[in-house]
Amino acid sequence: MKQGFLSKNPSVLWFLAALGFFTLCVTVLSEAAGIGLISTSFVKTLGKTLCLCLVAVAMDVVWGYCGILSLGHFAFFGIGGYAIGMWLMYARTEIIVVKSLSAAAIPPTPEEITASVGQQIFGVVGATDFPWLWAFADSLFLQLLMVVLVPGLLALVFGWLAFRSRVTGVYLSILTQAMTLALSLYLFQNDSGLRGNNGLSGLQNIPGFEQTPQALISVWFFWASALALALGYVLFAWVVSGKMGSVVRGIRDNESRVRFLGYHVETYKLFVFTLTAVASGIAGALYYPQAGIINPAEIAPIASIYLAVWVAIGGRGRLYGAVLGAALVSLLSSWFTGGGAPNIPLGFYTIQWTDWWLVLLGLSFVAVTLFFPKGIGGLFDLIVRKGDQK
Amino acid sequence: MVRALLLAFALCLSLSGADAQTADQSPPETLQTVLQRHADEVANPGRRSVSVVIEDLVASGQPNVATFLERWQDKGVFQRSSDGLFFYAKRQGSEYALTDMSTGDSAGTAAADMITEIRPNGGVRRVIGAALVQFQLSDPDPARRVAALDAISRSPDADQIEPLRASIDGEQDPELKRRKERLAGHLRARFGETTEDRIDAISALSSDLDVATRSVLNLILTTTSEVAAKLPEGVNVARVLKVGSDIPEAEAYARLVAADLAPRPVSDDEIKAALTANIREGRVGGLPVGQLGSRESRENAYDALAAQGAVPARVTAEIRTAALSSNVFYDAYADRDPQVTDAARTALDEVEARVARYQMIDIGMDALSLASIYFLAAIGLAITFGVMGVINMAHGEFIMMGAYTGYVVQLFIPDYTISLLVALPLAFAVTFGAGVAMERLVIRHLYHRPLETLLATFGISIALQQLAKNIFGTQARPLTSPGWLDGAWVINDVVQIANIRIAIFVLALIFLGLILFVLKRTRLGLEVRSVTQNPGMAASMGINPDRINMLTFGLGSGIAGIAGVAIGLYAKVTSEMGADYIVQSFMTVVVGGVGNVWGTLAGASLIGGLQKGIEWFNPSNTLAAQTYMILFIILFIQFRPKGIVALKGRAAGD
Repeated sequence: MKQGFLSKNPSVLWFLAALGFFTLCVTVLSEAAGIGLISTSFVKTLGKTLCLCLVAVAMDVVWGYCGILSLGHFAFFGIGGYAIGMWLMYARTEIIVVKSLSAAAIPPTPEEITASVGQQIFGVVGATDFPWLWAFADSLFLQLLMVVLVPGLLALVFGWLAFRSRVTGVYLSILTQAMTLALSLYLFQNDSGLRGNNGLSGLQNIPGFEQTPQALISVWFFWASALALALGYVLFAWVVSGKMGSVVRGIRDNESRVRFLGYHVETYKLFVFTLTAVASGIAGALYYPQAGIINPAEIAPIASIYLAVWVAIGGRGRLYGAVLGAALVSLLSSWFTGGGAPNIPLGFYTIQWTDWWLVLLGLSFVAVTLFFPKGIGGLFDLIVRKGDQK
Repeated sequence: MVRALLLAFALCLSLSGADAQTADQSPPETLQTVLQRHADEVANPGRRSVSVVIEDLVASGQPNVATFLERWQDKGVFQRSSDGLFFYAKRQGSEYALTDMSTGDSAGTAAADMITEIRPNGGVRRVIGAALVQFQLSDPDPARRVAALDAISRSPDADQIEPLRASIDGEQDPELKRRKERLAGHLRARFGETTEDRIDAISALSSDLDVATRSVLNLILTTTSEVAAKLPEGVNVARVLKVGSDIPEAEAYARLVAADLAPRPVSDDEIKAALTANIREGRVGGLPVGQLGSRESRENAYDALAAQGAVPARVTAEIRTAALSSNVFYDAYADRDPQVTDAARTALDEVEARVARYQMIDIGMDALSLASIYFLAAIGLAITFGVMGVINMAHGEFIMMGAYTGYVVQLFIPDYTISLLVALPLAFAVTFGAGVAMERLVIRHLYHRPLETLLATFGISIALQQLAKNIFGTQARPLTSPGWLDGAWVINDVVQIANIRIAIFVLALIFLGLILFVLKRTRLGLEVRSVTQNPGMAASMGINPDRINMLTFGLGSGIAGIAGVAIGLYAKVTSEMGADYIVQSFMTVVVGGVGNVWGTLAGASLIGGLQKGIEWFNPSNTLAAQTYMILFIILFIQFRPKGIVALKGRAAGD
């Protein structure tokens, strides 16, 4: 079965080979391997980019294949980040607290430790007690479960409500955007239990690995991100191929006809929506330990729209397009806004890219939508077709 | 002056008759003679002695007592050493020019060492000030009467009741008279002599709703938290508290400790400190230190220490419960008279019920104005989205463009009224142009691909937003409203509404009318509706759908521009202001029902009302209000996916 699937989809193999080669290169050139051509912070950027590629692949499946323009997948990404961030923050604070308390003559009681950890974490929003949200924060296993369960359940409930009442098209887009907005507004409150707009910080410090240099940790996370992307890619390539893929694409092209053919459209949509949400949550859980900080601004509706932008520029309806788009636009974006791009003096005015990058991105986005609806991925079609003609 | 005389006369009568006899004596009494009677007290006033002087002065009915009191207070009174007479004096070079107190004529000059300045201390000056109030209350200058009333409201006092009441009849300014009566009522309610008098005053208060009345009633109802073994006699008990439900146990016990009715509890920190202090050879109270890592073992070790007498005993749960159950916790009124407090409670309940009713009205008006803002922001979108099926994510940026147009116009036209009148049509023109350009260049190519329209217009939106940031900077720009829009329409102490909000409401009404007129009564509207319903058929009837689409889009965008000016007037103009409204606008359109002006109106009312309603339950947290509102909308769409006003039949399309 697996053999048949891969042989039918040679692009998956090509992608896995490219990803493996890329991972190998980065590992060899990283500071951890001793060469140091690629700085630790750039390894982290690349690792984060891989996570973004994974969300983009998920977004491509839900939008490019299933026709649901979800403007909420970055919310699932953020939830994954928060779920793992809670454990990272709790465990690390606990280690610090236990260390400082053990200086006393008497060993600390569990109550003292909890109170002190609560003080450390929530002092910034004027609280000391642990909110109910943090009930499982002391267990890595349970929080990892949360990474999968919370986005999954949220997507399941939301999708069930929305698809059941036949909310489609732009209505669904706006509804998902509203969900994202509601979530980010909720998290912005200081009494949300997740430190308001301070967010969770210090996530780059992995409890239990205090002595390990960041150079090594960054490579581990890079590998984990690459692995997640590879697995996600294969999984989604499998989902969108074969009979199931045909039904999903059929829903995109004409939902009513698929329904009339006897397929239960809502179940397919719900499955795709939930599965992609879970993948987004996992991507987020890998992203934020590399970013080091998560705050509600990350979940703002604009982030999900950028996700759609990446996929559209990369090329919808092809998984490698989403990867290309996400990688290219997010790296370019950090290059331009990070001051990497040289300013262009026009004599009367100097174009500073930190100011003009968004204008360029917005306009190029319009151009892509108007003139290259297939995105960058469309270029491959041209090459392949030329090859066929020869 | 005549009134001052009358007042002094009235006071004269109201006080003792004994002084009236002295007035019959000759030679005729002057201010000077009265003062000479109390020469020592005037020259060296003490806090107690001065009140006798003042009483006598007031009783004397002399016309210039008030002036004297003021000068006295301001250290302007001098005593001539040679004969002990008092004068007003002013320094002129090395000498002082003296003024006679009764006539105001010059009384020659005196060298500095010939006269003594009289310097009342702070306490005396306050007593004089209090006495002055009764004169000021009848001062011919209304500003001084207001100042006197302010002084009384700041530090109300039982002594002020009489002078205040006496001044009410002579008051001619109806506004001030009302204020005096109200203030007298407040004073009587708090300091009235008999219970009946106070209850009478209190029940009169129940028809008011201003803050001062409420605070007077609350002052009468001030309670103190008490605890005792059993309820004492003669205490005006407000309510008895039940431990656990009315008052948390920890707080109740802390009250017991504060009242010395129970032993102080030993806190966890104290236990820890005591254990640390009593470590002997690695053991505390018979337990090795290493085992003290739980609360239970620590308590056991501490109890062992307590048994040895090394530390005070711990307050166990049994002691605590027993102490809590054997005492009564209650709130007692500071005012001892239960009849008065009952009346005040009834009056306060009545006032608060009325205040709550007016607050509902106030919130209703707030909701109305919020709804009109949402309506203005969303109606343009409703036209483009509803009529053409085009999602315009740049609609928020058109709002922003309109607001910046208003700002730029104000840079050139300094008169705010004229600039507003110029800005409104200009904003319409600018955004109409931008809308038409966008329709021609981008949207025309994307009809029937709604999701891609959404993304393309979103690209335009981020480009425009960043452009505005590059041109105008990130800081907020002011769009100043003309002076006549600044005030507020005050209906009473609770209900008031800013003029600017009324103006926006009116603007929204005008636009509602205008759009309905254009769509229902004009040729353009007819063509727009026909293109909406069936573009092919409309085209074959000789209507140019391209032109109609372009005009419709321009119209929707133009209204966004005008909405931008309106929103900019009361909020700040920033490059992100459009983004703040776009999601709300979409929800307004979607909730209301697409393709229908009335639907947009219903959606805006629902969302505005809902937001204010939720804020009313939790006023401190607008973020939570927005969150819950969005959740409500998400649920609402589940049950009415086509909105409140859903199109039926073929027009519903899809």
